[in-house]
Amino acid sequence: MYRYDEFDAGFVADRVAAFREQVGRRLSGEMTEEQFRPHRLMNGLYLQLHAYMLRVAIPYGTLNSRQMRKLAHIARRYDKGYGHFTTRQNLQYNWPTLADTPAILDELASVEMHAIQTSGNCIRNVTADHFAGAAGDEIEDPRPYAEILRQWSSIHPEFSFLPRKFKIAVTGAPKDRAAVQTHDIGYQIVRNEAGETGFAVYVGGGQGRTPMVAVKIREFLAKEDLLAYTQAIVRVYNLEGRRDNKYKARIKILVHEKGLEWMTQSVEAEFAAAAREFIELPSAEIERIKAYFAPPTFAARGTDGYKARRQTDPRFAAFAATNIMAHRQPGYGSLTISLKPIGGIPGDASAEQMDVVAELAERYGHDEIRVSHEQNLILPHVALDDVPTVYDVLRVNGLATANAGLISDIIACPGLDYCSLATARSIPVAQRISERFGEGERAREIGELKIKISGCINACGHHHVGHIGILGLERKGVETYQITLGGSGDETCSVGTITGPGFLSEEVVDAIERVVDRYLAVRTSKDEDFLTAYRRVGMAPFKDALYETNRGADI
Amino acid sequence: MSYAISANRLRDGVVVFLSPAGWVEHLADAERFPDKAAAEAALEARARADEKRNLLVDPTAFELREAGGRIEAAHIREAIRANGPTVRPDLGKQAVAN
Ligand code: SF4
Repeated sequence: MYRYDEFDAGFVADRVAAFREQVGRRLSGEMTEEQFRPHRLMNGLYLQLHAYMLRVAIPYGTLNSRQMRKLAHIARRYDKGYGHFTTRQNLQYNWPTLADTPAILDELASVEMHAIQTSGNCIRNVTADHFAGAAGDEIEDPRPYAEILRQWSSIHPEFSFLPRKFKIAVTGAPKDRAAVQTHDIGYQIVRNEAGETGFAVYVGGGQGRTPMVAVKIREFLAKEDLLAYTQAIVRVYNLEGRRDNKYKARIKILVHEKGLEWMTQSVEAEFAAAAREFIELPSAEIERIKAYFAPPTFAARGTDGYKARRQTDPRFAAFAATNIMAHRQPGYGSLTISLKPIGGIPGDASAEQMDVVAELAERYGHDEIRVSHEQNLILPHVALDDVPTVYDVLRVNGLATANAGLISDIIACPGLDYCSLATARSIPVAQRISERFGEGERAREIGELKIKISGCINACGHHHVGHIGILGLERKGVETYQITLGGSGDETCSVGTITGPGFLSEEVVDAIERVVDRYLAVRTSKDEDFLTAYRRVGMAPFKDALYETNRGADI
Repeated sequence: MSYAISANRLRDGVVVFLSPAGWVEHLADAERFPDKAAAEAALEARARADEKRNLLVDPTAFELREAGGRIEAAHIREAIRANGPTVRPDLGKQAVAN
């Protein structure tokens, strides 16, 4: 597990001290809101509809029990007893006061956490596969590289004032669970013909107003060139990216306007010209960082207890089928703790639940917890024979919903219930869909289906890459919902297509049901999941199902 | 239609409404302005002054409507600000009001 070395701790402590002083000057009136706002945002503090909101960074979604307990403590002491895990593998507190924020940041720093790089036009916190270091299909753990990028970028003066925010994701497996092709830069660890591991490099992905799938600008990048190549990309962007128009400032627009060839050539030229010796990554440094992520020592464990419970307890069997993922170590699994109780608020966890998860991680999970961009928590290393015990504890704490990857495992941004940028609510739509389909037989029959909901065009709910995406808009003061189909955030990344006219809030759940029913009718067998079926049959049958009854309002 | 003025209190971010007695936490206690012009005038004269005194952030005038004998914000965004998250009736102003 990575720990801050002294330099980092000093850096964070200095930042908190500086922010405490700025908050003091703001409260005493020495600073205007205009002067203060950039400092506030640099420290992850936003002003939302009801109150301030503090966004805490969880780099590559990795936490230990001490940190999780601290998050619970902060929720209790400074907030209203809960936190919201986001699609950026962050945690948001919805009710902190400005006056308390420096104290909260101090508390976070005491467990090596902070709120830096969660805001502003810098390189944001780097995200990675939430099953990193555990997944059966992984070539190499992506987190050491995410960490190297994080350390390098967090203090890089050249990249603190980019044209816009900049997001990097790293994945270590062929199955892309980190949605790297929707990021400004996506690194995917691959093996070349010589058997060496390196990175395939994707550039220019993004969601928001102008969704785009990244383009691959390099098949194979040697590991020691990771920083040099990242610098080359960011430099090209910093130089050529548009600063005249906020909506055209992301690197995806540059890639789109200038084309793949131009982008590849520019980056390669910059890469070739840079004085490589200053930023070449020595393998000793890679090894040093890797040591922090060394896998735990796994004692040999049997699976008899796990198998027996699966046979005798159908609810447990259902949970195991959806929420336990294959681990690289025989006798172990990665356990998804769904933060999507049926009818609940996606991503919310109470302080008590956080403490329960911390306890379980400590006792049964090698002290590791992950936050997924799908707004769930994961215990990456659990012995299968311990799963029944863990499950029983989760169940009494409302954390054993057996729906990971199913239709009720919905991503939803905070939307108009909290967010000042929102055009419509997203959480209530998620709640009603979840209630409609549940976690039982019907949801299992439907199989893997990712519904993603955003409350505005900024797309924090990743609706563009939902198999079914829902975007909340406002038309003449009324919330309306646009549906997209066929999006995907995995290695077959695609942006969803708008079905047609939008739906009113009271119509949208029925509309989703018509789409799902049509899928069940057209699929060749249960093995053909929604996305595959959609890609085979296209939009037409779904459009028919949606609009044949003219129930889509003309909006 | 009448109007009111809201803002976020600087210190804790809580939504507050302009009233004759200063800033209050509940819309029911807010001052009602007969029209947009009157609200804008109060916004400029009174709310902006308090903004300059660093008591609050982002003052804004918004429309009201009457529904079921109660005054509420005409637009859903302001209605949610005045009440709290619709998905957490136990939080925000609605928690106290109920
Ligand atoms: S998508 Fe829009 S409404 Fe949702 S969290 Fe992002 S900015 Fe807010």
